Amino acid sequence: MSRIAASETQVAIRDLRGRSVPLVSTVVAILLALLPIVAATPLIPDFGLLVLIAWRLLRPEIWTPNTALGLGLFNDLVAGNPIGQSMLLWTALFLAFDLIDGRLGFRDYMMDWLIAAAAILFAAGGAWYIALLMGADVHVLVVAPQVGIAILAYPVVTRIILALDRWRLGR
Amino acid sequence: MAQPAKRRSGTYSRRVQYSLFLGYVFAIAGMIVAVLMLAISIVDPRGFAAIKGAALDVTTPVSAGGRGVVRFFTGIGDTVSDYWQAGSQNAALNDELNAARRELVAAQAAQAENRRLTQLLGLARQVNDEVALVRVVGSSFEAPRRTATLSAGRSSGIEPGQPVRAPEGLIGRVIEVGQWAARVLLVTDGSSNVPVRLVRDGTPAIAVGRGDGTIELRTLEVGQNPFRPGDLLVTSGIGGVFPPGVPVAIVARLDGDSAIARPIADPARADFAIVQRAFQPAAAGALDQAAPPVAGPPAAAPPPQPGAAPRQGDPGYQPALKTAPPGGAPR
Repeated sequence: MSRIAASETQVAIRDLRGRSVPLVSTVVAILLALLPIVAATPLIPDFGLLVLIAWRLLRPEIWTPNTALGLGLFNDLVAGNPIGQSMLLWTALFLAFDLIDGRLGFRDYMMDWLIAAAAILFAAGGAWYIALLMGADVHVLVVAPQVGIAILAYPVVTRIILALDRWRLGR
Repeated sequence: MAQPAKRRSGTYSRRVQYSLFLGYVFAIAGMIVAVLMLAISIVDPRGFAAIKGAALDVTTPVSAGGRGVVRFFTGIGDTVSDYWQAGSQNAALNDELNAARRELVAAQAAQAENRRLTQLLGLARQVNDEVALVRVVGSSFEAPRRTATLSAGRSSGIEPGQPVRAPEGLIGRVIEVGQWAARVLLVTDGSSNVPVRLVRDGTPAIAVGRGDGTIELRTLEVGQNPFRPGDLLVTSGIGGVFPPGVPVAIVARLDGDSAIARPIADPARADFAIVQRAFQPAAAGALDQAAPPVAGPPAAAPPPQPGAAPRQGDPGYQPALKTAPPGGAPR
């Protein structure tokens, strides 16, 4: 593709691509929960949350906390969570990210990973507590393997998001 | 990484500041709404049944379509190992077949005797006809809960509360139903309680999921552990949801007063699942919403009434006043 847009439609297409890629990629990640895998042991990380955190830490300016509210509702419906769970936890995370961004001058890669790890831990702990309130009396350590895998998967997800971001903004 | 763009500092436009502030107001209001929805979900788990059923209907075909592909790939490994082990497997299977034939004769004799004794007792056993033969197409990845998705729903006659089993053993119980899809609470989920009994000596117990793919067995007997590794547990039929005699789990190891067991039916490998009618349908609704069912003694004995004894010592307790006089008191 040439670097200079040839027509108005081409400009419009590129503009649409630039705007829609973060949202579409997050929705696709949420839909990964529909993978036809029957998991008896909780190991597979929550890809929707990982992609959401990765986009938010990479591009703080594209989303407001309201986005997390809508995406959380979508995730609850797709993943079969009690409705409101991801809405609450993800929006709380976005507010916390805004606070962190306000306090911190800049973040580097390790800092991002640390923040993402804390966020994953918070989301898993919140989900565990809500399950406890709903009568699922499981030990908190049951969640540990999934949290560990999610934290280790975060850098991989970030690479993918970075590539997507480069493609989204490239000409 | 470069310094992330800061949104607030540097923007002195009042309009931008207002819209940012409104965004936060919306977000916090949304969180409050989410908390309320969660509270409704906790108090009344069927509160959003219609919405969640519709979501199931929309999403399950996606899982169902890909399930065959996944099964093909997991099947490749099995096929290769089967090929290499064909000879030894053949011999082992022959031995197994001979043993099974001997056991079959014994089982048929036991079955005939069982039928005769049941007729003697005059037990009215309900016919447990199956509601639907379905495929297990997906499951939740979320850590604390263990659920699976079925490829049939209300249009096939599936209702919440019905037990689901594979040919090998119990899988769980239907909790959410859409028109063409249903969600099953697996026996390994932390909120699943299945009344079971030990096949060896009939000791009653409750099988509670632990959330990590195993099941904890709790018994009423204090001080001694009736389980041994390798023991088989089947449903006891108490509580009225699960039909009696369905294999549930095998004891893997002992853990203090309880035991940790492995479920027999693996929903990941089960090709088909059978949805059955609730054993005694009247009990399904009540049990579904109740707290963990009390582990009762075997069905012959009357259930204990835990509330009765301490109340007699209570000076303020007057049972006669609790019920209205037959004539009806004047207002």
